[in-house]
Amino acid sequence: MSVDGLVMRYGDKTAVDGLSLEVEPHTITAVLGPNGAGKTTTLETCEGYRRPQAGSVRVLGLDPARDRKALLPRIGVMLQSGGAWSGARADEMLRHLARLHAHPLDVGLLLDRLSLHDCGRTPYRRLSGGQQQRLGLAMALVGRPELVFVDEPTAGLDPQVRREVWALLDELRGDGVTVVLTTHYLEEAERLADKVHILDRGRLVASGSPLELTRGGTVATVRLVVTQPFPPGAPEALAAALGDTTELTVLDELSLQVSGPADGSTLAKVSRWCEDHDVLPESLALGQRNLEDVFLELTAREEGA
Amino acid sequence: MTGTFAPAPGAASPARQVLTQAAMEARLMLRNGEQLLLAVVIPLIVLVGAVRGADAVGLDLSLDGQSPIDVLTPGVVALAVMSTSFTSLAIATGFERRYGLLKRLGTAPLSRGALLGGKVGALLVVELMQLAVIAVAAVLLDWSPAVDVVGVLLATLLGTCAFAALGLLVAGTLRAEATLALANLVYLLLMAGGGVVVPVSAYGGFGDVVRWLPSGALGEAMRTGFDGGIAWRDLAVLGVWAVVGSTAAARWFRWE
Repeated sequence: MSVDGLVMRYGDKTAVDGLSLEVEPHTITAVLGPNGAGKTTTLETCEGYRRPQAGSVRVLGLDPARDRKALLPRIGVMLQSGGAWSGARADEMLRHLARLHAHPLDVGLLLDRLSLHDCGRTPYRRLSGGQQQRLGLAMALVGRPELVFVDEPTAGLDPQVRREVWALLDELRGDGVTVVLTTHYLEEAERLADKVHILDRGRLVASGSPLELTRGGTVATVRLVVTQPFPPGAPEALAAALGDTTELTVLDELSLQVSGPADGSTLAKVSRWCEDHDVLPESLALGQRNLEDVFLELTAREEGA
Repeated sequence: MTGTFAPAPGAASPARQVLTQAAMEARLMLRNGEQLLLAVVIPLIVLVGAVRGADAVGLDLSLDGQSPIDVLTPGVVALAVMSTSFTSLAIATGFERRYGLLKRLGTAPLSRGALLGGKVGALLVVELMQLAVIAVAAVLLDWSPAVDVVGVLLATLLGTCAFAALGLLVAGTLRAEATLALANLVYLLLMAGGGVVVPVSAYGGFGDVVRWLPSGALGEAMRTGFDGGIAWRDLAVLGVWAVVGSTAAARWFRWE
């Protein structure tokens, strides 16, 4: 799958602004970004719901808008919500979609794998949010697609079920299915994805494997969370005290992050600064960057720009 | 690649898709209480109520030598067709749009043609059941029709197409709640003054106008069909409404 220079606008608002990215076959690719970053619009263009206003999109070598008929049997789509008759039972809904395909998966097996067997007879409107979510995933998979788009597959699931869904997505990749997922859970992207694309305001701000993104040339980070908003000018004073070798990012009014060759002396400088500025730390941690740090840095920098 | 989820994509044959979609939609329609009320209970109340009520107050509903039940039953069948293919379809489709079902089916390998075919198929199944229930009740009230099968079938088919096109036009352009309100309002207005249940001749000079409405044309075509004839003029009017309605629906229907 490839997206090349995609531009999508709603009225005078630009949702996707010259986006280009690639998805390798048989991998899990995560698309991350804050709300309004253009994730869903991009996915919907790949699914053929929208025509690109500029640029082009190719999915399995096909143009999703023009070759829709050829493409649809080969992809599975999990919607963020809805997508079922409110009066249809869970197993009935899944069986219905199975019958629209030539070689569907066994409906019973799929219900089992997604822990939906107990509510197979329950009408869709009486399923819990998590059950509706899992049925949505089942509906995306039942036609045995080559490529599945999953929009926030584990939002609102309890931790145990979330792990089951992760195991399932992992198995899909092992069986030769390409998975494109959007998520708000950075842990999910870090654990599952072969490649991560971070979007912000319709543009790609970073791309790479979770390891490549978190390494990023930085040795370590110091993360400070405080109980009261920073006094005016205080972060600038800290940046000056730490010197040029480190980079200070204000994440929000209660937290900041220092990245660079951070060590014990960096920690000492930060705590001295806290004392000087009468700032009460809630937590002060030294650690390796994770995907969340990368994500917050990239999107926070964009805010300030 | 092997494994449980090894890809094996492919769409079912169009015929199988239409059948699957029709069976599912018919099941859901029959399971829904409000829809059944509209489909069976109201037409039965109109039928029994009009015949018994007219008796009780000494009102003479007979026309051209036909007894009241012979005049009313075809009209009630027409009313049942209208309620299913217009009101029920519009409301169901409006909520399908709202709940993302059309979006969902839009990513399943189901063409618009197959979706439409499935919907019309479901309507015909439900209408057949309505016809059976109404016919049994009418026969118990001494109904003795002279059926022209082709006339009745054409009236049902063209009436369904005309009203389904208009129902989809409403459902595809308005919000679900507005569709619900409008579909019920139009149904009530046409039931009362649209020449469905009562022959257009009962409307006096206004009847000439009513006969150009899809409701009046369907009512007349159904009455002629159950009186041993084929009402070509009214069938043509229904055909025109079907073409105009489908063109407008194809032009303005929004999937989300």
